Amino acid sequence: MRRWNLIGLIVSVGLFGAAVSCQSGEPGGSEPVVPVGPKPVDYKTTPYIWQKPANFPDPIYNFARNPMTVEGVELGRVLFYDDALSANGTISCGFCHQQGSAFAHTDHALSHGINDKIGTRNNLSLQNLAFYKSFFWDGGVSDLDLVPIAPIENPVEMGHNMGVLLANLRKSPKYPALFKTAYGSDSITTERFLKSLSQFMLTMVSANSRYDKFVRKEAGGELLPDELAGQTLFQQKCATCHAGELFTDQTFRNNGLSRALNQDKGRSLVTLRPEDKYRFKVPGLRNVDRSPPYMHDGRFLTLEQVLKHYASGVQEVPELDPALRTDGKPGIPLTGTEQKQIIAFLQTLTDFDYISDRRLGPN
Amino acid sequence: MYRSLLLTGLFGLAVWACDTADPDLVQTGTLHLTFDNVAGAQDLQLTTGTYRNATGESFTPTAFNYFVSNIKLTATDGRQYIVPQDSSYFLIRENVPTSQTISLANVPVGDYKSVSFLIGVDSLRSTMDIGRRTGVLDPAGDHTSANGMYWSWNSGYIFMKLEGTSPSAPTDATGNSTFRYHVGFFGGRDTRTINNLKTVTIDFGSDLASVKPAQVPTVTVQTDVLKIFEGPAAVSIAKNPEVMVSDYSQTVANNYARMMTYKGMTTATSN
Repeated sequence: MRRWNLIGLIVSVGLFGAAVSCQSGEPGGSEPVVPVGPKPVDYKTTPYIWQKPANFPDPIYNFARNPMTVEGVELGRVLFYDDALSANGTISCGFCHQQGSAFAHTDHALSHGINDKIGTRNNLSLQNLAFYKSFFWDGGVSDLDLVPIAPIENPVEMGHNMGVLLANLRKSPKYPALFKTAYGSDSITTERFLKSLSQFMLTMVSANSRYDKFVRKEAGGELLPDELAGQTLFQQKCATCHAGELFTDQTFRNNGLSRALNQDKGRSLVTLRPEDKYRFKVPGLRNVDRSPPYMHDGRFLTLEQVLKHYASGVQEVPELDPALRTDGKPGIPLTGTEQKQIIAFLQTLTDFDYISDRRLGPN
Repeated sequence: MYRSLLLTGLFGLAVWACDTADPDLVQTGTLHLTFDNVAGAQDLQLTTGTYRNATGESFTPTAFNYFVSNIKLTATDGRQYIVPQDSSYFLIRENVPTSQTISLANVPVGDYKSVSFLIGVDSLRSTMDIGRRTGVLDPAGDHTSANGMYWSWNSGYIFMKLEGTSPSAPTDATGNSTFRYHVGFFGGRDTRTINNLKTVTIDFGSDLASVKPAQVPTVTVQTDVLKIFEGPAAVSIAKNPEVMVSDYSQTVANNYARMMTYKGMTTATSN
């Protein structure tokens, strides 16, 4: 901006000088002075049209404060896949959030960071982030714009310092130009950095699974008998928590996992409220078949293990969510067939367009 | 009688309306607020000074920072000047001397008798769009910004940070005996949490900060790091070497709410 002002100033002073000299040098000259100068290159962005899937609720994200552009999304995509976001240049966001598994990391139960450091929780898949009230297993961050700071600065994830990172980006050969394309000037600010990452993450909309087509009565939306039976069972037995089109009511609950090996206190670590002890966010289930392992500590490798836990493995703990008690006993009674049918239904939530969309990939 | 009262009232209202509608008529000046960090009777020296807290534990501070925000000045006639929100956030860092003097511009001319402010960052600003949190509130800025004064995993600012070494602290993996007090918590965004925001009022006693266009008073506030360990409760480094996201942070905050006192005033006149 400042540079253009300066250029504009120089050009106009030059033109003024030219005009003056022309007048004084040739009094009564007949040729009109036509201003000629370098044509400023216009900064022009293309609005990105973000569309809410027809069967989804209204988004939570405030788009008004971060108008999406094709250029902003592209900048966010480049940042998402850049190793420079970690302290030693080895890990990008995309390292732990891989598209083929709906941006989860399937080969690690607990998050795997720089220098092979291991975190305390299983990373969550990424999709439909515009619809979320809070992020992470404990809901410690409530604003998508602020999410990237957490992994970037976590010493066992990307281990960087945001101030140092932004200073590096300012010195890099490619980023000033990318920021200029997206924002009109090459100034790399915290806001622009975070909001461009948000713009890219907001494009991560998964709404084209067979289930979605079924709900929207579109072609290709046929569910098989077992899947339909599974859907009915899911509605009866799971949808209290895994509610709505996101398949989560976004609350924090205890689901009776054994604490023999893991005493992670969950949400109470961020709220300090005793009632939040050992509670974790009810995760959304879209693309769940593609994003093992499961639970906050990745203890289950398969959906079969998950269903078995709910059917017969729920522990009687004081914090157990009331929805997970049936007739005074912990757990949800499910026969082996019912478990299989529910899994069959969950597999219809896989969105193959989403996990193969080139626009979301590293290119 | 009533009519004349009414007329007087209306006239007064007109004058008052005129007064508020035309702020250019209000003469303004500048007031400086200096924070002088001390440890009891001694000047605070990071990394070289050794002090003793109320529990008798000796310690050497290595970092001491705190946010000061939402500043209000009260004049002798009771009128208050509230520093505009967007210009009312400051981060005092012991290792950044320039951060220790706050300059408040556009202060209406007047005699001020006290100043009040928050230690910390209010909930509204703490949850505001990141674009409205620049300068000292930028979690990713330089060494004068909130970089290092922000919890990324539990979004919020660290209101007060005191770190140091002490023989009373347990030895960590690197062989150092360190203690770290990071106090934050603004009351929660969607779930109510503890609230460690503290309002401090500094009364200038018999002194007056006289703000005039050509006269800049500098009010010095003394911040005593030892007070963090005493007051409503004695805080022991041995018992609490790390105070961060915990209920105990309230005990530390209740103590540091009293760490500031009025020290004195100077006035610079320019012609």
